[in-house]
Amino acid sequence: MEKTWNNKAWFLVLPVLVLVAFSAVIPLMTVVNYSVQDTFGNNEFFWAGTDWFTQTLTSPRFWDALWRNLVFSAVILAIEVPLGILIALNMPKHGIGVPLCLVLMALPLLIPWNVVGTIWQVFGRVDIGLLGYVLNSLGVHYNYTQDPTAAWATVIVMDVWHWTSLVVLLCYAGLVSIPDAYYQAARIDGASRFSVFRYIQLPKMKRVLLIAVLLRFMDSFMIYTEPFVVTGGGPGSSTTFLSIDLVKMAVGQFDLGPAAAMSIIYFLIILLLSWVFYTVMTQSDAEQG
Amino acid sequence: MNNRPVNNSSGSRLGFLIPVVYILFLALPIYWLVNMSFKTNGEILGPLTLWPTNPTFRNYMVIFTDPSWYNGYINSIIYVVMNTVISVSAALPAAYAFSRYRFLGDKHLFFWLLTNRMAPPAVFALPFFQLYSAFGLIDTHIAVAIAHCLFNVPLAVWILEGFMSGVPKEIDETAYIDGYSFPRFFVKIFMPLIASGIGVAAFFCFMFSWVELLIARTLTTTDAKPIAATMTRTVSASGMDWGVLAAAGVLTIIPGALVIYFVRNYIAKGFALGRV
Repeated sequence: MEKTWNNKAWFLVLPVLVLVAFSAVIPLMTVVNYSVQDTFGNNEFFWAGTDWFTQTLTSPRFWDALWRNLVFSAVILAIEVPLGILIALNMPKHGIGVPLCLVLMALPLLIPWNVVGTIWQVFGRVDIGLLGYVLNSLGVHYNYTQDPTAAWATVIVMDVWHWTSLVVLLCYAGLVSIPDAYYQAARIDGASRFSVFRYIQLPKMKRVLLIAVLLRFMDSFMIYTEPFVVTGGGPGSSTTFLSIDLVKMAVGQFDLGPAAAMSIIYFLIILLLSWVFYTVMTQSDAEQG
Repeated sequence: MNNRPVNNSSGSRLGFLIPVVYILFLALPIYWLVNMSFKTNGEILGPLTLWPTNPTFRNYMVIFTDPSWYNGYINSIIYVVMNTVISVSAALPAAYAFSRYRFLGDKHLFFWLLTNRMAPPAVFALPFFQLYSAFGLIDTHIAVAIAHCLFNVPLAVWILEGFMSGVPKEIDETAYIDGYSFPRFFVKIFMPLIASGIGVAAFFCFMFSWVELLIARTLTTTDAKPIAATMTRTVSASGMDWGVLAAAGVLTIIPGALVIYFVRNYIAKGFALGRV
């Protein structure tokens, strides 16, 4: 659609601008402020330059949390994306099954995040949880509060449980937009099941898959509530992801300077990812016309 | 050649099993929570039972009779509704501007809104606390409602912009020629056209405000404490009343489960910021 140039449109955007400025710009300025200052209490602040940034970027604690978070994001993407495609391909296309599947699959997406944590905390417990109890009766030593491997497995399965449906729903939305004529043509050509997937379905899903991957990556990169409720970042610090570490530092230990510096580095990473997302979205919007 | 639809993409006849197994996997932990919410604490802590042997409503009764529990729900609903109203009403004119006009810095602004949706709440928790303390807004519903605008306003703008771009511009032009003023045109003609978009945007604002815990917990202490935070408190202290915890969890799932049917065709769209 051809858009007209009109700078008065700024007035229409103004309410949003004021609202988001209040809830984003001012807090962000506070963070910038803290990141370059030091205090000895009494509300007296001293210029600290880039000390906090150097400290954060050289501390193993930050790199550990970042590394853990990247591994976590990579693992859940490697599981959720293929699984999501597989389920979307096998979803019913007609009849009562469609709304039924959509509604049931979307349910985990709409559960408050701490309740998701609570559900899995209870479900995985050795004494009262079905999963923990069954696994241990089968002779698998599983206790997510003591064993880092079990804690990781729990957090990953929980995320797969929570978010795979998003990938499914997005892929399904891409699949139903493929006209029947494509499949008919493929059948006349005698295309195999795999070629139909490779040359018809996958290209048509490219855009939604891209959205799914980017959204899942960003959301898993700032995951906080679910692992916090289940493991509290433990045992030790084996499941302490970036957000958990940051909140621990800022609210728990009240180390404002390092926490602020870390916030800014964190935010810059997110900014970069958002830019990738935005470029991809606007470009494929243009391609679609 | 039969005339049945050929886009049945499942390779084998057993393809339907995959979604069924997946849904079972989704349902199992939820079933366990519901199961627990109807058990007595004695039964929960005793030998494992797959369904409640003496079903009890005691856990739900505790929640509906104890103000510190049911106030949590009331608080959550108050700030979530406030946030939804604020977000959608602020986003409507802005989304119209983005879908119809080009103006100085429009693309930068649109991108900047997106970064707020993607911003980790952990970064904002502490500065929010200090900002709202300075305004004396700590522990009020409006504080949480405004704080949640951080991610809900951008979401609403992106979703509404997607819906509005689908309405042909000729409709606007015809209305202006017919002598409609902008506000009258917007309310009388345009808003009914994008009614489903408004519904979807409102639903997702409601949902994302409802599921968020970190910011809501940071900004409240007692008077506006959301149910999610009340639950966390119970987890950490007060000797683990598992039954009540499970019942509280079940009750937080209900709002989503109630309305999900009406937005089933738009769920993907909402989560993908209106870009599907």
